[in-house]
This record gives sequence, structure tokens and C-alpha cells, in this order.
Amino acid sequence: MTPYRLSTGGLIDRKRPVSFTFDGKQYEGFAGDTLASALLANGVSLMGRSFKYHRPRGVMTAGAAEPNALMEIGTGGRREPNTRATMQEIYPDLHATSQNRWPSLDFDIGAANSLLSPFLSAGFYYKTFMWPKSFWEKVYEPFIRKAAGLGRIAEEADPDTYGKAWLHCDLLVAGSGPAGLAAALAAGRAGAKVVIVDEHAIAGGHLVDTREVVDGKSAQAFVEDAVAELRGLPNVTFKTRTTALAWYDDNVVALVERKQKHVAAPEANRAVEILWRVAAGHVIMATGAEERPLVFAGNDVPGVMLASAMRRYLNRFGVAVGRNIAIFTNNDSAYALAAEAEASGITVAAIIDTRSTAPSWTGRARVLTGSEIIATQGGKALKSVTVRTGAKEETLSVDALAMSGGFSPIVHLACQRQQKPVWNEDLQAFLAPDTNGALTPAGSVAGAYSSQQAFNDGADKAVEALTRLGFDAATPAADFADKTPGNPSGLWLPGDVKGKAFIDYQNDVHYKDIGLAVREGFDHVELAKRYTTNGMATDQGKLSNINAIALIARARGCSIAEVGTTTYRPFYTPVSFATLSGTHYGTHFAPVRSSPLHAWSLARGGEMVDAGLWYRPMYYKQAGDTDMMASINREVLAVRAGAGICDVSTLGKIEVTGPDAAKFLDLLYCNDFGKLAVGRARYGFMLREDGIPFDDGTTSRLGENVYFMTTTTAYAGPVLAHMEFCHQQHWPDLDVRFVSVSDQWAQMAIAGPRAREILASLVDEDISEEVFPFLSAKEVTLGSGVVNARLFRISFSGELAFEIAVPAGYGPSVADAIVAAGAIPYGVEALNTMRLEKGYITHAEMNGMVTVADLGFDRMVSRRKDDFVGKHMFGREGLVRENREQLVGVRALKAEDRFTAGAHVLKIGDQVSLENDQGYVTSSVWSPVVKGYIGLALVKGGRNRIGEKVRVWNALLGTDVEAVICSTDHLAEANGGKNA
Amino acid sequence: MASLIDCPHCGKRPREEFTTLGSAVTRPSPSADSETWTDYVYLRDNPRGMHDEFWHHADGCRRWIVVSRNTFTHEFGGTRDAAGIAPMISPTEKTSQK
Repeated sequence: MTPYRLSTGGLIDRKRPVSFTFDGKQYEGFAGDTLASALLANGVSLMGRSFKYHRPRGVMTAGAAEPNALMEIGTGGRREPNTRATMQEIYPDLHATSQNRWPSLDFDIGAANSLLSPFLSAGFYYKTFMWPKSFWEKVYEPFIRKAAGLGRIAEEADPDTYGKAWLHCDLLVAGSGPAGLAAALAAGRAGAKVVIVDEHAIAGGHLVDTREVVDGKSAQAFVEDAVAELRGLPNVTFKTRTTALAWYDDNVVALVERKQKHVAAPEANRAVEILWRVAAGHVIMATGAEERPLVFAGNDVPGVMLASAMRRYLNRFGVAVGRNIAIFTNNDSAYALAAEAEASGITVAAIIDTRSTAPSWTGRARVLTGSEIIATQGGKALKSVTVRTGAKEETLSVDALAMSGGFSPIVHLACQRQQKPVWNEDLQAFLAPDTNGALTPAGSVAGAYSSQQAFNDGADKAVEALTRLGFDAATPAADFADKTPGNPSGLWLPGDVKGKAFIDYQNDVHYKDIGLAVREGFDHVELAKRYTTNGMATDQGKLSNINAIALIARARGCSIAEVGTTTYRPFYTPVSFATLSGTHYGTHFAPVRSSPLHAWSLARGGEMVDAGLWYRPMYYKQAGDTDMMASINREVLAVRAGAGICDVSTLGKIEVTGPDAAKFLDLLYCNDFGKLAVGRARYGFMLREDGIPFDDGTTSRLGENVYFMTTTTAYAGPVLAHMEFCHQQHWPDLDVRFVSVSDQWAQMAIAGPRAREILASLVDEDISEEVFPFLSAKEVTLGSGVVNARLFRISFSGELAFEIAVPAGYGPSVADAIVAAGAIPYGVEALNTMRLEKGYITHAEMNGMVTVADLGFDRMVSRRKDDFVGKHMFGREGLVRENREQLVGVRALKAEDRFTAGAHVLKIGDQVSLENDQGYVTSSVWSPVVKGYIGLALVKGGRNRIGEKVRVWNALLGTDVEAVICSTDHLAEANGGKNA
Repeated sequence: MASLIDCPHCGKRPREEFTTLGSAVTRPSPSADSETWTDYVYLRDNPRGMHDEFWHHADGCRRWIVVSRNTFTHEFGGTRDAAGIAPMISPTEKTSQK
């Protein structure tokens, strides 16, 4: 027989039918159904295939721990693999597909693996596939990967959006069963800020799965009223479909809220899932307890499920899992299921109780005490079970079997911060460790198993926590008709097993695998886990770990406490990468930082390249440019013959002011700034405290106490942080202020012999060579006082050059005026070519190892100053020794030869070896002035080797060319000594 | 690691707003000998226990602060501004603490 929908009952909306498909076939459920409950209601009990043996599997649970009913949900970019059918709500036109089967769920070729099972025992990976070694990569691994694996990942981009946010509250309640509701009621009524979450669509936890009577009404009505009261309180946030995933330091709890995973068409402007981080004053962990499966042969045939799951399907969803069922238990809890099933017209053939005495039972079902199930019959659906009572065996014809091996508190959250759960001998369960009071387990997670006990425990523990938080809270009360205290159950294990009794359903770890692992020496719980793969599936051993631990303990002859548990780590249930990344994808992953001249460059044919978050024009493509090199060379030659304009707004710009500004700059830079006159600019190095250059740039003195510093583009942020550290930590008494003004100014370099003439036509002041010579800096106005600007007579090209900074918004119009006056736009490629032709350095040369002296700037270092960052280390023996690598120029001997940065320098005739290495090329470029490849290189004792011919060798590119070591100033060599 | 850092200027803020530099060692005087400077630049304690570190509230008030935290338990021992600090506890006390 098959499962079916009862004519009444359940919290589903029978007025709202919902149709969906499973493996291409259409079914109908009701709003409020999960995929699992809807499939059961349609008589579908085969929902998946196991991982290793491809055994037919039905649904085992009705919640987060589901190991079997894993499915692919959705289509296209929304397809999600390994979704638990027990957690997925149905929506119109939901498409679900079974996994791990071929060609179909009903007929799966992989099931032949069952015949191979003697070779697939614990550790089979390590045994079977060891030999021959060469087979691993080409034969074994591809085979295993094809055979294994669950669902398929979506190949298209996910069209939905995901979010991340913070929440703050006094009390976070994880779980809305009796304990959670009581805690939230206590806190909500006391006026505390409460967040209460439940992973299901319906609140109430275990309560709504029962027919208990509370305060004279049904448990379901009681929950509805309590939820309505809580939702009505402005200080309470009630989130269903929300899982508490992880507990972090400072009582921060991560939640995932599934906002639109249960709707057919998610609204595009709302997140489908939100990752919340909750900063909670206190956490009440009312996460409940997980029912333990019993270990017996054939405990995985579709139709066998946990008693609590069967009870949930019955009462929450109005679904009978069978018409003629049996119940196998080692504790009292399953008797309530028996009574409710009988009341719903389901025949309970027998209650098979492992104990010698059963609780009082007035129903029709036979109670077989001192009994156990030793086998089940049926392949894809349960047909019968074999029961052994003493020496007697009998076969009962049943179409479903509920099992209950007692309960394991869901202690995950409390154990995620390196604390292990603690075995409690009385309760025969692992309980949460003492977490120093910031998180309190309440309800069945703390061993208060009956609904009344759980409610009272939640109320008491919340009041205690609230009192500590300074709230005056009253203890809420509820009167449960059933006053029987919940009784803990021991762990039941069979004496022996014939056939396969599964421990871990998803990974197909069975009874004998555990014993084998212990016999082969993998008897530590962490080793046994990895050797058998028990607890390593997507359910992370929620059902299996406890039985595995008990079996290890028995095999080792020690207590369960001695075996202990494996390590608990976040997250409690799987979370998608999309949720974890939140909004940080696409352009939100790396936002575009636009210079004030970004659009201006694009409009003029600029081909942009990313530089950190910035985009800079590589070159400006113009009609007639045959390729990139043509554009670059055209720009270089045009600048050197006339004038060009380049956007240098991305340089870091920091304004430094205050009476101690000069003193501060003297401490930051290795060279002298104190004596810099107003109206002058100076190039300088900042060192790290170990004496190695950190960044370079020019700083200008614009007024008595006003300095304008520039940094390289990449180091704008680090330099500002470094300055803040130096000022705030080292020298807090200095009267100095500084601020980044990088985004406030559009800055342009105007280079070339016509640069002065062009600028003179725009600048109001006299900028002739006599009044504004090299390294001048001053504030000027443009266009008869319309635009304030800062003008610097500095060069990065070897040409007569200026940099002009104007307020960001004026950038494009000033740039237009400069172009109109005769400058051509040039990009960073031409900029780089020209700086290399002149021998100027960048961070390619300041590589974190070279000294100022290695770079040829030894004379710049102040000998006058007592102190500056890096002063006390830069003179160390190793940094001043002979034969260090020094910066030199390097030039290919033949015009057609090419070398690139990273190429090594070797003496002519030397073999390639580490010992023979003379240094390496830091930057290289084809120079249209030299008409050949030039570069800068760090070469051992390089400055004494000018004129030496060397090999420039690069194995990666397969180049090996002859070059000559030369002055860094290629331009001067080519032009016979022209200077800027 | 901490989820929230109690900035002495801004109060509790998510740790993502901060960057960290390392041990809160103070810069020697310019006249200190080379051994002292070498210690300052290169040598660090690696205590199991309370540890003072320089943190920067980079996406907040931009102040450098000293964060005292337990490297073993993740427990926080407090924060203060980095201006003119002296070590909170001596290095010997640090290493003997659990």
C-alpha cells in the first residue's frame, strides 16, 4: 500500500491546491505542504537513491536532518541541488528532480553497486584503489567522481539577489517549540527586544505535530494564539523559514532567512535569502531534540521513517504514511503516535518495544515487549517486517514502520566555539557544554522532554536571562493536559545484524563498517568518521553520529563519554554560496572608481584598463591607428614633439596642514622637507621602519603651513593609514592635520616642449621659466579667475612638464581647453613608455627589497635629521654591503629583440643557474625614441657595469637576447643629454 | 575572533570595519641602540593568552586603537586609543597567563 492524504486535519490550506512536478510527472498538493508531504500525499514513497549502493530510499524525517529525500529544485540559474524535500515548500509549477540515479529513479543501473558491496566496505577508497598507482588519476578518480556526487550545480548565473544585514536584540530565541514560545513570551511581555526564529514555515516546533491539549485548546490553536500575541508586540521580531546557523564570539548568531524560496516567481527587487547577523544580549537555544533511528537490518527500505516524522506528517500535513503500520521503539514517546494513528483510522499492527515492560496502553495495537525487528522485506516499498521476541520470530505484514531510538538534543550552536558536548549518563544523551551564561539551552535540548516541562524550562531560563539583562520579567504559564514527564531512553543496539543495518543513510555506512574501522585501528571517533565517511554527508551526521559513537564504544569496550563526539562546526545546515556572498558579486564585488576624467577619456576613444578599483585609459584609439602599439607610439612621439595631456587624478592626494606639518613630513620622509620653501615641490621617499622604501611622490609647499602630498595610485590608502598611525600612535603631540583629497581634484599632466605655451594661454599668472622654474608649485586661477587650480612644474617623462589640479567638476572642461590649445590626450601606456625612457621608477622597481641607495637616490637621504621612519634600520650591514643589486638601464642590442619584465640578467657565456644570476629586469617597453626594447633592471653592482654586454634570459617566454647595461636615462643617451 | 570590536570612540562595531597591524609594541626612542631597534622591528611575542594589538578603525573613525584580546579563548580585554600608550601588562605577565 501507499501513503495517502487524510480527509481532514493538518495545517495545510485545502482550499489552495498547488500543482508541481517530480521527475517530470505532475502532482497536486496544498499550500502549506512541503515537497515531501505533498509527494507522500500523492502516494510517492521512493524519493532518492543512496550515495554508494544506490539503494532506493524514502523520506526518513520531516525536517532539517533529512538524509535521503534530497532533490534538485528549480530550473536554469535557479536550479539548486541537494535540497531537502522535507524543508522545501511547494509552490505552483515547482520542478523537482531526483538525484544520484541513472537512467531513472525507479530503475537505477548504479544499484548494481550493492552486488559489489564486499568491495565497498569502510575505507574502500584507500584499499581498492591503491594499485596500480598510475590508475588513480586516469581511471579510479574519474570513475569515483562519476559514480558519486549528488545533484548537479546550476550552470547558468543565478538571477536572484541575496542580502546580508545586522540585527540587534536583547534576547534571541532559536526555535519556536514550547520552550522557545515560552521564552519569547516572557521577554516580549517584559518589553525586551526579542528576535525569535524557526526554520519551518509554521511556528510551534514539535507542538503543532501533536494532538496535545493546552489551556483547554488544541496545541495548534495554542501555538497560533501565542504567535499572534508575539507578532502583535512591537518589540518582537518573529521570523519563520529562518535557521540559526552558527554562534560566534560576542554572542553574534548567524541566521539564514529564506524570504522567497517558497514562491513561484521571486520579486526581483527583494532578496530571496538574507544572511542575518544578530548581536544578541542573550541567546535562548530552544532547538529541540532529534529522534534517533534504530539500527536493524533493512532499516532503510522506503516506508521506514522516524516516529516523530510520521507524527508530523499525520498532524501537521494530514498525511498517513501507511494504512497498516508498525512502530518499533525503545521508549514511551512513540505510543502517542500509535494512539493518534489509530484515531485517524490507521491500523497499528504492533508496537515492538525493546524493553521488557511497556507503559500503560489502551489502544488496539498489540504490544510486543522484549522484541526487536531483525529484518524488513520490500525493495522500493516496505511489505513486511520480521520481529523476534525471545526465540520466537514472526513476520508482520505492514506498509510503513515508525522507529524511535530516543532523542538527541540539538546542541550544535552551543558547540561551535570549540566546546565539546557533555555526555549525561542519566539522560543517555550529549548535552550542551556550559557556555558561561551567554547562551542557555532550554526545553528538550536541555533534557526537558515533555511539552509541559519544555514550556516551563523555556519560561524559567528566559526570566533568569532577562533578570540579568535588567528586565523585570514575569514567568508565563501554560497548562498542558498531559502531565506525564518525558522519560529519557537509553541507546539501543542490536546484538548482531544479518544484512545491512544503516547508520549513516546518505553515505551508506552500515553497522559492520563501524566494527571494521575499529578492528583496523581507526577507533578514535574522528578517525572512524573519516575512514567510514560516517557523518560526512550533507546532513553532517545529524541522525547517524550518536549510533556510530555507541557502536564504537561497544567495539572498544569503553563508555560513550570516553569516545566523545566529532567536532561541531558552523553551519548547522548547508548554506548556498550565493547567500554567503550576499550583494558582493558583479560590479558590487569590485565597484568602479571613476576619475573625474573617466567619461572624458571614454569619449575620446580611451581604452580603459583597471588599476585597483580605478579604470585608466591605456591609450586613445584614433582613426589611422593600426593597433595598440601604433596608438602608443603615436602618443609618445606627439608628446615629445609637441604636448600631451594625461589624466593623473588617480594619484593619491593628501593635504597636510598645521604648525607642525613640516616636522611631521620630516619624520615621514627620509629626505629633508623642513627646508622646502613656500612655492616649491620636492620628490621624496617614505621608508618602512625596516629602512626599505614604502612609497614615493612629490610634496609641495603651498603656504606657510599647507602642504600638498601625492602618493602612487596603489598606495594612496596605505600611505594615509600609515600617516594616521605615525601621527596618532608615535607622535600624537604634533599639531598637524591631514586629509585625503584624492577625489576632490582632477589632476592632469601636461608634458612636451609646448606644455608651457599651452598652459600660459589658460593660467592667469605668469608661469614663465623665470618665475616658475622646475619644481615650482603654486595656487593659480584659470580663465580670469573662474577656476582655482594648483600648478606644479614637475615631470615624469623627461619633457618640460606640469601637473595641474582643478576642482573635480572642472576636470573635463579644463581638459577640453588644454586639448583645444594643442595638447593630445595620452594614456598610461605612453606615460609608462616615457617614464622608462627617462628612467623614472614605480613600484615595479620599489619591490620591497631594494634600498634608496640601490635605486640611486642615496644622496637624498637626510644625514641631518635625528629621526624619521626607517632611519634606524636603513644603514644595516646587509643593506649597505658591496655588490647589492642596483638599478640600471638595459637596452636590447638588436632592434628586433624583445625582453620583458622578470627576465634574468646573466653574463655573456654563463650557464643559466641561480649562482650565475646577475639580477632581473623590473620593467621593459619598446621605445619609439630608442627604436628598440629598453628597460630598467636590478643588477649586482650594476652602476659599475655600464657598457657591459649581458644575456637577458626568460625561460617562460623562451626569449634569450643580448643587451647592454646602460644609464637609466635612455632618453639622454638617445638624445645626447636633453633634460627636463 | 571577535565579531564586534568596542571602539573607544564609536562603541561596538562589526569587526569588518577594522584592519589590524599586529602587536602593540611602542616605538623606541631615536637614540636607542640597534639591538632595541631590531627587537622593535623584527621580534614579537606570540603569547597564548592576552595580547595587545594595534587595530585601525579604517571604515569608521579612522583612529588607531589598542585591542586587548585572548589569543586562546578569543575573550576581549578591552580597547583604548593608541595615542601615547604604555603596555597594558608586561610581556612576562602575558606569557605566564593562560
